[in-house]
Amino acid sequence: MQHMAGTLAEKVWDAHIVRRGTDGAPDLLYIDLHLVHEVTSPQAFEGLRLAGRPVRRPDLTIATEDHNTPTLDIDRPIADLTSRTQIQTLRDNAREFGVRLHSLGDADQGIVHQVGPQLGLTMPGLTVVCGDSHTSTHGAFGALAFGIGTSEVEHVLATQTLPLAPFKTMAITVDGQLPAGTTSKDIILAIIAKIGTGGGQGYVLEYRGEAIRALSMEARMTICNMSIEAGARAGMIAPDETTFEYLKGRPHAPEGADWDAAVEYWRTLRSDDDAVFDAEVVLEAADLEPFVTWGTNPGQGLPLSGRVPVPAEIADEGERVAAERALEYMGLTPGMPLRDVAVDTVFIGSCTNGRIEDLRSVAKLIRGRRKAENVRVLVVPSSARVRLQAEAEGLDRIFLDFGAEWRNAGCSMCLGMNPDQLAPGERSASTSNRNFEGRQGKGGRTHLVSPLVAAATAIRGTLSSVADLGPDVEAPDGSPLTDTPAHLQSA
Amino acid sequence: MEKFSQHTGVGVPLRRSNVDTDQIIPAVYLKRVTRTGFEDALFAAWRGDAEFVLNQPAYATGSVLVAGPDFGTGSSREHAVWALKDYGFRAVLSSRFADIFRGNSGKQGLLAAQLAQDDIELIWKVLETAPGTEVTVDLVERQVRCADVTVPFQVDDYTRWRLMEGLDDIGLTLQHEGEITEFEQTRASWRPRTLPAKHLPPVEIRSARPVGAVHGDDALA
Ligand code: SF4
Repeated sequence: MQHMAGTLAEKVWDAHIVRRGTDGAPDLLYIDLHLVHEVTSPQAFEGLRLAGRPVRRPDLTIATEDHNTPTLDIDRPIADLTSRTQIQTLRDNAREFGVRLHSLGDADQGIVHQVGPQLGLTMPGLTVVCGDSHTSTHGAFGALAFGIGTSEVEHVLATQTLPLAPFKTMAITVDGQLPAGTTSKDIILAIIAKIGTGGGQGYVLEYRGEAIRALSMEARMTICNMSIEAGARAGMIAPDETTFEYLKGRPHAPEGADWDAAVEYWRTLRSDDDAVFDAEVVLEAADLEPFVTWGTNPGQGLPLSGRVPVPAEIADEGERVAAERALEYMGLTPGMPLRDVAVDTVFIGSCTNGRIEDLRSVAKLIRGRRKAENVRVLVVPSSARVRLQAEAEGLDRIFLDFGAEWRNAGCSMCLGMNPDQLAPGERSASTSNRNFEGRQGKGGRTHLVSPLVAAATAIRGTLSSVADLGPDVEAPDGSPLTDTPAHLQSA
Repeated sequence: MEKFSQHTGVGVPLRRSNVDTDQIIPAVYLKRVTRTGFEDALFAAWRGDAEFVLNQPAYATGSVLVAGPDFGTGSSREHAVWALKDYGFRAVLSSRFADIFRGNSGKQGLLAAQLAQDDIELIWKVLETAPGTEVTVDLVERQVRCADVTVPFQVDDYTRWRLMEGLDDIGLTLQHEGEITEFEQTRASWRPRTLPAKHLPPVEIRSARPVGAVHGDDALA
């Protein structure tokens, strides 16, 4: 049979078919890596227990505590009863079923989507699942990675497979070079604003083009992370030297002959030149600017240089009503410059932008300055390892001198399941991924931004970009500030 | 999952339409970490009312719920099926089910049987005239029998087969366990394993403290 040209996503899918579905029945797909956390796993483990089933492959499963964990006083009992119960349940289940768990206080505890990559478990060509929608993050390595529900978590625990219906493919090409002060967060916010929060529904998105290839591994994770905010099943980026370099030497990365065999295979993981996508979108990187959201879904975003939309000027009735409602909730005046929006809190963290490069670029920008008065600044590393690395580089001192709070790792104010929440009516600039009503706390108002915009906003007190800090302020990148001790070099 | 071919139990007439999942089980119960023991949560908002059908002694041991149209609408909540099953229901009869609810039921061994609304009315009358009357739901014959009423119901072939075989999703997949094992033997050795665990050198973590406390002077207990 002739070789059919394939997309990256199709290649990874095909390599995992245990059993092909006939007559429109789903394919049974093998799962390489199953990430588990405390919120969506308790009933899955209990289901196993009730049916007398073991975890089929504990050696392909790893758990961490993240959604509920406090970011202060992690060595003291967790005050909130629900949080404490969920975490204790995960600990009991991990012990009973033989699943590896990184608990609070462990260097590899942290947001589940940081833990996989930092341990070198997330690799190109894998299928990765987790009971969490932002599992799409791992697609940055060229893995097919998607979020699943609790009954599917149980299914994977019991069988290491999932019956899955096929998806469509969409190529998103970002050509050219990003302007200074613009980051991968701005790329993805612009993409979502363009295709809408339902634009990716049923698709696996593949990000490609010069601007994507130029991104660091961590910047790529930010883009894939938010694929779900465009409604997509997953997001992917073809692996390349940047990917291999990130992986090499990580604890679970292949070694020796295995490494060579892996890299040889990984190089084949790209969409063939004549592969056909079901949809294509093209963006010009040079046209992008720092982006912020003004509304209550991630598609309601605009360049920071713009103004709050005027609903009366929106032709589409559905969108107009949505905008009116969003502006009322957000407490914004139609037509006001976005730069005039004053915030109460700046949150730097989450699985979207809580990694070491994010922290470094923020630290470089704020070094030697003080935060605006009346603004609370919360810096929450995505994992304990990232926190250690940041401290080894002296970033924590820069944050504290700036007037920010330096916290332990976890999801924190991204969703406020722990005590880190906005008060009703409080407004934040947040590097996380969702600005839904009440997401960061009941009545809280969220503007999604990049780490650079978050830092500039913390300095000025209103939504700001690096350019607003003056003509001679350069936009920093995510490279280290100082030499890092060798034993910490892989956060 | 238990095999289901025929079930006989006390019928409970629930004369309400549009019973959504939030009414079946209110959101506050979703914080629990168990998947059994939701019997107290079933119809929690209505249970305080002494007149509510489940509070009447004749129906207390009910296991066949006879509900109005559009049962199980609203957010997709597997807990709704858990709560019905935990209370003791084996079957729900209605003239129309929400798709997601019907799907969740079939997967978890609760029969969602679709009847004509006229037939539902007939059964309601029997159950209300003689509370405690038993209803037989016969999956083999696709028939509901209750006193002198015998009426057909609909259920799709696939769900019927699964219920009769007692197969949940996992059971279905495990029918192909041989193929899974075979696939596993072909996996390249570079593919990662989480065990045995490989770590970077262990490091002591000190807890961050509220701002104002002296930073870092308080070692991890
Ligand atoms: S950081 Fe936020 S988005 Fe990411 S896993 Fe945690 S709660 Fe979900």
